[in-house]
Amino acid sequence: MLGRLAEWVNGDAVLVRRGRSLTARILVESGAQSWLIHVAEGRVARVEEGPFTMPSWTFALRADGESWRRFWAARPAPGDHDLLALVRRGVLRLEGDLRPLFAHLLYVKGLMEAPRRAALASS
Amino acid sequence: MSALFEPIIGRYLGLDFDGRRHRVYVEEAGTGIPLLCLHTAGADGRQYRGVLNDPEIRARYRVIAFDLPWHGKSSPPAGFEREEYRLTRDVYTRFTLAIADALELDRPVAMGCSIGGRLILNLAIEHAARFRALIGLQASAHVAPYYDTQWLHHAEVHGGEVCAGVVSGLVGPDAPPADRWETLWHYMQGGPGVFKGDLHFYKLDADLRERVGAIDTARCPLYLLTGEYDYSCTPDETRAVAAAVPGARCTIMKGLGHFPMSEDPAAFLGYLRPLLSEIAG
Repeated sequence: MLGRLAEWVNGDAVLVRRGRSLTARILVESGAQSWLIHVAEGRVARVEEGPFTMPSWTFALRADGESWRRFWAARPAPGDHDLLALVRRGVLRLEGDLRPLFAHLLYVKGLMEAPRRAALASS
Repeated sequence: MSALFEPIIGRYLGLDFDGRRHRVYVEEAGTGIPLLCLHTAGADGRQYRGVLNDPEIRARYRVIAFDLPWHGKSSPPAGFEREEYRLTRDVYTRFTLAIADALELDRPVAMGCSIGGRLILNLAIEHAARFRALIGLQASAHVAPYYDTQWLHHAEVHGGEVCAGVVSGLVGPDAPPADRWETLWHYMQGGPGVFKGDLHFYKLDADLRERVGAIDTARCPLYLLTGEYDYSCTPDETRAVAAAVPGARCTIMKGLGHFPMSEDPAAFLGYLRPLLSEIAG
């Protein structure tokens, strides 16, 4: 799902600008699947797909596969539609150094919603 | 070139409250039944621009929106630099009544959103006789903390950016982009620690779950309107209030989120106008 993230994010100049002060490694877990997103000054430098033996990351977003599938739907249902909505429902865990995450929250939301926007554009 | 003043008039009200002098920014438009509007946490009265500008409502209502101290154009009182701002149920309740008294409002309708919606419930419990009707937008009796609010006021995190980031998903998916971003802009403009201080009231100091059952809608009608996409005050949490209050009228607004009057004024007015017509009789 996140294999084309670099294309989706780097092609969005507004989003890249919003994240210009973020350089981080973001671990995303979707059940047994995982990705390591390397962000450099708002651009997605590369995305590695797991499994990983011993990954180093700045912060992690962990949820089950069904929650991400619903989150990435072209029009998610209420409660499935936002990272903090998932947090409030207890299905998403934010871990690690949360300072850069909260400092760039609008950007990280935009990054993680990129698959949804792609789904919407192709529907 | 096209230039046109809106019908909204803004003024500063000097007000003594709890031994301190306040300079409170108040906007109003229209004539008739007073309709006192309470903004959400970390925002200000601009959220009600759609209601204040609506000709149909202005024809029967004197719509009033004030900025709480520390918010919008209401400066904090002298000495604020030595204290941590924290809104409490007691202060918020008495301050709202003090505004109504200062403006000499005779049994106004009060409408509040989020923290304002919670306050509406508290007014219904404690001061029903003073109001013609009460309208709670995104009103729940309690919200337990679900994220660490220290990030809302942290020297290494830009306060305006993080406040907008925290609330961005509370705007419904169909909001017009201009109104969505206007709503977020209000959050981007909040003073340091103000949103966090308001959440003290919302999440810690105003748990009304054991008290909403005391609301008597025969004394003052209670209307509850909640947006479908709100996860801070969910439709189920508003329904729980309605279930505990006989006679409360509850409507879930399709496609809307936590800031109905600001994120999509046109859609919200579609719900509000008939309700205000009913109240006006």
